Amino acid sequence: MTDRGATMTKRKFKVVGTRPLRPDGVDKVTGRARFGADISAPGMLHALILRSPHAHARIKSIDTSRAVKLPGVKAVVTRDDFKLPQREDLVDICRNVMAREKALYDGHAVAAVAAVSKAVAREALKRIKVEYKVLPHVTDVDAAMKPRAPILHRGLRTQGVEPKPDKASNVAERHEFGHGDVEKGFAEADIVIERSFKTEATHQGYIEPHACLASMGTDGQGDLWCCTQGHFMVRNVCAGLLGMEVSRLRVTASEIGGGFGGKTTVFIEPVALALSRKAGRPVKLVMSRDEVFRASGPTSSSSTDVKIGMDKNGRITAAEAVLRYQGGAFPGSPVQFGAMTAFACYDLANVRTVGYDVVTNRPKQAAYRAPGAPMAAFAIESVIDELAKKIGMDPLEFRLLNAARQGTKSSYGPTFGPIGLEATLKESKSHPHHLAPLGPNQGRGVACGFWFNFGGQTCVSLNISEDGTVCLSEGNPDIGGSRASMCLMAAEELGVPYEKVRTIIADTSALGYNEVTDGSRVTFAVGMATIKAARQAIEIMCARAAKIWDIPVEAVVWEDGYAKPAGANAGTFEPMSLAEIAESAASTGGPIAGHSEADADGAGVSFATHMVDVEVDPDTGKVTVLRYTVFQDAGKAVHPAYVEGQFQGGAAQGVGWAINEEYIYGEDGRLQNAGFLDYRIPVAPDLPMIDTVILEIPNPGHPYGVRGVGETSIVPPLAAIANAVSAAAGVRLTHLPMSPPRVLKAMMENEA
Amino acid sequence: MVKAVLWGSLKQAAEGQAEVELEAKNVRDLLDRLKERYPKLKPDLDRGVSVSIDGVIFRDAWFAPIEPDSEVYILPRLAGG
Repeated sequence: MTDRGATMTKRKFKVVGTRPLRPDGVDKVTGRARFGADISAPGMLHALILRSPHAHARIKSIDTSRAVKLPGVKAVVTRDDFKLPQREDLVDICRNVMAREKALYDGHAVAAVAAVSKAVAREALKRIKVEYKVLPHVTDVDAAMKPRAPILHRGLRTQGVEPKPDKASNVAERHEFGHGDVEKGFAEADIVIERSFKTEATHQGYIEPHACLASMGTDGQGDLWCCTQGHFMVRNVCAGLLGMEVSRLRVTASEIGGGFGGKTTVFIEPVALALSRKAGRPVKLVMSRDEVFRASGPTSSSSTDVKIGMDKNGRITAAEAVLRYQGGAFPGSPVQFGAMTAFACYDLANVRTVGYDVVTNRPKQAAYRAPGAPMAAFAIESVIDELAKKIGMDPLEFRLLNAARQGTKSSYGPTFGPIGLEATLKESKSHPHHLAPLGPNQGRGVACGFWFNFGGQTCVSLNISEDGTVCLSEGNPDIGGSRASMCLMAAEELGVPYEKVRTIIADTSALGYNEVTDGSRVTFAVGMATIKAARQAIEIMCARAAKIWDIPVEAVVWEDGYAKPAGANAGTFEPMSLAEIAESAASTGGPIAGHSEADADGAGVSFATHMVDVEVDPDTGKVTVLRYTVFQDAGKAVHPAYVEGQFQGGAAQGVGWAINEEYIYGEDGRLQNAGFLDYRIPVAPDLPMIDTVILEIPNPGHPYGVRGVGETSIVPPLAAIANAVSAAAGVRLTHLPMSPPRVLKAMMENEA
Repeated sequence: MVKAVLWGSLKQAAEGQAEVELEAKNVRDLLDRLKERYPKLKPDLDRGVSVSIDGVIFRDAWFAPIEPDSEVYILPRLAGG
């Protein structure tokens, strides 16, 4: 066994852990920052997309002849302009980007136009004639699994079951996880609680719509500027869809106005490139908010059955869950992550989860912050709450009794190393929030959450300039403060002030492949690469000092930004600062730089406990969040203000998911609330100040102990709020969002 | 010999075996040997998996070493938001 389980000793930091001003702040508050739609080019055309008005329809014909003839129209593309790629992983993306035989959801792209103005493009869309044969549709996950449900894909056979089915269904795959013997565990239980839960689809709600500018030259080389969480991914996927060599396409990521997982795939970028290739001019394509809702990727809606048994002392003897997630029109819902994370907070001898990935006539889901985990946590943590109440035990005590710890075999398999769940529970138990009194119609809820966190392919370049300042190029769009965090880690390692380091997001031609900004990976993986690149630069600077002093390189050490003789035997030279070494670089061997290209492993898992107080209006069912506290393990908080922001952001989005946000479909299968007026994300008056407690249980897989923090924070809120609302309303709420009509109905039925 | 545990859905493609013992010094070895012994696993493994070695999850690391007493789990390919 390796020593991954070893507890890491905390080290002292000089720069890491401070709260300097964010480097992108001034640009963002003055409007200087350039987001996706802010990029323009000479001769640029404007593009619009024609979308299906039907939830499910065969496309019999598309006649673009009248649109092409309209003066000012420079290109029209349809399914005929996209050849189905050979690569299996690109086929569904291609079909989602532009419908082929069938439109599979309301909003599915059917054709696109590039014209000299938006007005001309709009007129051209009206002139495209699409002949549809409307088909029966299904948007609900449970309805889609029924034997007579309308089938989306005639070729779809359920994976993961034996014998392999010979008939098509909407169930793409079955996943199973667990260990022990759940039947035996339930037989040993004194109390068993079974319940079913539903959550509705929500959108990530990023403020910036998808936007891009594509420019394809007649020489087959192309440039793309776009708002994305991963421009290397965009480059590779677009090159695959357009039949281009990867290095002929250069992609530059714009500033990003939120993503939360929703910008980890492509929607409009291949369409803009295809239009630009056809027109021979740059093409700008910007989604409207209506299009973002109808045709980008929200998260799955879900339906889950939970059964948990315990002995009379509150120890869980068996736990089981069946999770059904619809992921829109193509396979790939995050149900396997739901099934893996569902019971990850608990130390269980007998556990089984089964997940079903289901297709429906909705837009293809995209990742949303800890994809799949919040819905599972809602169901499991609700039953945990009930079990605790059943034996009169404090819900935090109940969780402490059953909590996963170092050495616990996780519900998805691997044994945990040092983890912070217990610390978050103990901290929340002694926090003033836990002891504060509640008023009438008020309730308090707690819940725990888990997320894996990832590493992955990463490449950075760190250049020491001649005046002693430092420029770091990274390849991950800064979605949550990574530029500030990288500046801090480079400054820490080099021994220079934070202000001396500038971090930029380089384009795809400047660095090797960087995985998407996802999985809470950037502060961990890019941070590790930054530290390694800085250490490489330090080695070079020590070597330069050794040459200047004419002593062996082994006799030089780096301390607090200075090269110094290692000891009295090395000589009595004055230490040389980074700036002094940089100043003479031209004469001592040329530029000084450090690089790191690696596949980062060792990401540490993360846990959180959330505590929330709510008040339920007994007359209307309206829920008001009164107080909210997040307790989460960050490993090491590099920039604590950003870490707190991630904690607060996850909680705020969880409040929306729990109380208000919901994709509402009509009988016709069309989305009824494709706008922020009817799809209500929380705004300032809906939220109290969200308090945070950062715990630091170092991750042994990172030089500074860093763990990702961006996703875990959205896992507990759905359950914590549901537990609080259930306590206040006096009835268990099992369907999210807990909108006023739903809460009122539950209370009235309970009274009846 | 390394003992690798397959997640539930893979078990059926491995002739019902949840735990498989085989010779493997790293991740690439492990995946190659699994495909040789259970050809039905190939499509799932080729679609991409994660491998957990002593609690550390690897996504694309052919040469991540596996010790004979390592705890090894084959898991779905992880992605985040």
